Amino acid sequence: MKDTVPNQPANNEMASEYKVDGPFLGALKRDLLLSYRRKSDLVNPLIFFLMVATLFPLGVSPDPGFLAEVAPGVVWVAALLATLLSMDSLFRSDFEDGTLEQMLLSPQPLYMVVLAKVLAHWMLTGLPLTLLAPLLGVMLFLPADGMSGLVISLLLGTPTLSLVGAIGAALTVGLRKGGVLISLLVLPLYIPVLIFGSAAVQGAVTGLPLGGYFAILGAMLSLGLVMAPLAIGAALRISVSG
Amino acid sequence: MADKKWMPRWFYQLASPRWCYDITGKLLPFFAIAAVVMLVAGAVWALVFAPADYQQGNSFRIIYIHVPASILAQSCYMLMAVAGAIGLIWKMKVADMVAKSCAPIGATIAILSLATGAIWGKPTWGSWWVWDARLTSMLILFFLYLGIIALNSAIENAQTAAQSTAVLALVGLVNIPIIKYSVDWWNTLHQPATFTLTERPAMPSEMWVPLLVMVIGFYCFFAVAMMLRLRNEIIQRERRSSWVRDLITG
Amino acid sequence: MSFESFAEFIDMGGHGLYVWLSYAIALVVIVSNIVNPLMHKRQIFIEQARRLRREKPKS
Repeated sequence: MKDTVPNQPANNEMASEYKVDGPFLGALKRDLLLSYRRKSDLVNPLIFFLMVATLFPLGVSPDPGFLAEVAPGVVWVAALLATLLSMDSLFRSDFEDGTLEQMLLSPQPLYMVVLAKVLAHWMLTGLPLTLLAPLLGVMLFLPADGMSGLVISLLLGTPTLSLVGAIGAALTVGLRKGGVLISLLVLPLYIPVLIFGSAAVQGAVTGLPLGGYFAILGAMLSLGLVMAPLAIGAALRISVSG
Repeated sequence: MADKKWMPRWFYQLASPRWCYDITGKLLPFFAIAAVVMLVAGAVWALVFAPADYQQGNSFRIIYIHVPASILAQSCYMLMAVAGAIGLIWKMKVADMVAKSCAPIGATIAILSLATGAIWGKPTWGSWWVWDARLTSMLILFFLYLGIIALNSAIENAQTAAQSTAVLALVGLVNIPIIKYSVDWWNTLHQPATFTLTERPAMPSEMWVPLLVMVIGFYCFFAVAMMLRLRNEIIQRERRSSWVRDLITG
Repeated sequence: MSFESFAEFIDMGGHGLYVWLSYAIALVVIVSNIVNPLMHKRQIFIEQARRLRREKPKS
């Protein structure tokens, strides 16, 4: 009987030879590989991040005291805008070549696939932004005490930005000019992260205990991890079927 | 279809655009009369009979517009999100139309709340705009409304537009308490213990009774405005059906 | 009555501009929210009636 069961690997050895990743790892690897092949998309948000931060001393004042005061807010706003800028391309190419439809039709849990795509997006924008942030901090005369707060708050905050932004990207993926619309939909939702993120940096500069800020940023991240993929999945289904 | 009897009958009737058109037509005059009576009585009471505040003087009378508008703008968002959720879950066209009708009204009411808050700020704080926690939260709520209206008008297919905005409204609904909390917290951090507009110790009854009348009047006004928009929406989407044709020719 | 005369009522203790401006804006918002859908409805009816006339040939 056992031999006649269809779709069963002949033996374990063969199965291990053609090892297939789960939906999460598979989607993650695929997205990372695709982005790696298009390096310009990878670098553009970082350049944008750097440029926005350069505009502030030019536009307002190069005075170190003043810059040090506004640095936490400026770095956070720049990170937020850079994340937003890269959001539009998250589902766009998959939608255009039909991959997205296959993903929705496949029996794999959409939740995992979506989470993997967002994680890949964060690894390619949020993480480099976080690593680049100390450089901006130096350029804007952020006191050295603030650096740890800056990096940790960005590390906790940027994944939330990616998760929330992905909802906007999923809602607008079927539209031809989604770019500006995403900002309109998503920016109000970014405000809590901005408030607590920049407050954490400010707190680090003044030497306040930071546990509370990080706890709140972490709480927002966990809420986002649980809820956002559901909203993203629902939004993708609506956008693709419409 | 008839196996789910746990919902009251009117819930299913509500799903019928025609029934909804008829019932709103019958309800409209009552709400319109109630709104006019309440708003006129409330405004006269607020402007003429209510005592002036001992601290702010007569500029206090703006509260009778500002507070009802703020409450209504928030309730309107709730209604929009709940109607959107009903539309998503039960695929009910009327619920989608209710959600769509709510957005422009809510946005204008939010503008009213912001404008009166700013005007009130001038005699109270000496400037037209102060980054007060309540005003800032209302501004963000206004942005959320704008996002929903923009998304709804960007999508051509009516059903897709309704579903997408419903998802966005629900995401916003989850976010509103978080935004409100973080803005309150941010405000205490940056301007400790400022004088807030509407948070007052016990208000005497000659002050809050007209306020209550105004709040109810605003709700009645909202019901009228929403039903008018809903009826337009129903006619427009059902324009191919025979009953709408009879309505137009007859 | 918390005012002695009509002039005092208009003046609102020096805050007349602010109070009346607020109430005027409220009036504009409320009226426009009622008038707008009513005008829209008339427009829909005219449009649909025209469409029906066009689609139905003269009998």
